[in-house]
Amino acid sequence: MKQKKGRFAAIDALLLMGVAMPLLAGIALKVLFVPAAEGIEITGAYIFFTLKMPVGGDLPITETQVNSWLVIMSIFFLCLYLTHGLKAEGGSRRQHLAEWIVEQTDTLVMENMGEYFKGFSPFIGAVLGLSAFSSLVTLVGLYPPTSDINVTAGWAIMVFFLITYYKMKCGPLHYLKSFGEPVAFLAPLNVISEFATPVSMAFRHYGNILSGTVISVLVGTALQGLTSLLLGRLPGILGQFPFFQIGLPAVLSVYFDLFSGCLQAFIFAMLTMLYVSGGFPEEDYRKKQERKKNKNRKHSAVNA
Amino acid sequence: MLELAIGIILGCCALGAGTAMIAGIGPGIGEGNAVAKACEAIGRQPESRGSVTTTMLMGCAVAETTGLYALVIAILLIFVAPGYLVNILMRTIG
Repeated sequence: MKQKKGRFAAIDALLLMGVAMPLLAGIALKVLFVPAAEGIEITGAYIFFTLKMPVGGDLPITETQVNSWLVIMSIFFLCLYLTHGLKAEGGSRRQHLAEWIVEQTDTLVMENMGEYFKGFSPFIGAVLGLSAFSSLVTLVGLYPPTSDINVTAGWAIMVFFLITYYKMKCGPLHYLKSFGEPVAFLAPLNVISEFATPVSMAFRHYGNILSGTVISVLVGTALQGLTSLLLGRLPGILGQFPFFQIGLPAVLSVYFDLFSGCLQAFIFAMLTMLYVSGGFPEEDYRKKQERKKNKNRKHSAVNA
Repeated sequence: MLELAIGIILGCCALGAGTAMIAGIGPGIGEGNAVAKACEAIGRQPESRGSVTTTMLMGCAVAETTGLYALVIAILLIFVAPGYLVNILMRTIG
């Protein structure tokens, strides 16, 4: 019994280490390789190295890709930790937390997408978790993958394919006909709005996170300048003490990193749900299914 | 002469970025309206606070989109366009 408990605790510790290690590795990579910024310097993701590809140009391995994989690993181990040692009755605190997360995601998906899309909740949960953690990774000083347009554009394109797939559920003809609504000559506008969906989703997420970073850098630099202007003449350590940099950047960080990051993740997941379930022609699909059923019944009746 | 050309490019990029951010007025007014209406709704029906807040945040996020387009344009103009345009200038001069 005691041995079993010891092993359980050891695996727990390993899993927790799996949560923390990727972030620590990210910080170590940043400290070792990324050159420190001087003054106002707002750059894109740092390129670690470039892979030579046989087709279609080179593949640069950037901070974005590395950090995304680190976040994915961290979330993976967090999920393993939360679901470690599940029990049918009672259960630990973390089991309750895991159950609460799953229940909340399920109700969110059921409320916003309806019965037909019940299987979507793992996907929505994954989008929420990945997006939120990708933005929150700024809290430990890493480059947030969501402030790179490539990441959010990738997600948005994925969502675009999902939307189109569910719009095509009633056949391609029905899909093409949906562009001619409400009036046929509005078709070009409908096509444009179809492509505007992923573009606006990608820009919204990326713009929000990036603007937070830019404003934080600007405010930080301005406060630094203010300190050196007003208190720079003071003798000794008082002159270098970052007096004005205390406080305000932290408040900004609460808004831009914590609140905005979580809100954007929620909004991305919400819009995914609304667009996918909104594009799906549920009534027509049901009618089609019924028609098929009736046809089959007729056929079997004739054959009999 | 070359300095003047590069100076014009940089200055016009900065001007363009500043002008683009005039678009920030629209989302500001729109979101302010949305929040005001949400406050009214919560005042009238305090029990529907949760759903009103969620819907308001969603609406704010969608209303913000145009402002973010402007922001993306401004960021492109500040950080990407000058290098690109100066490159073109250098190539044409030879």
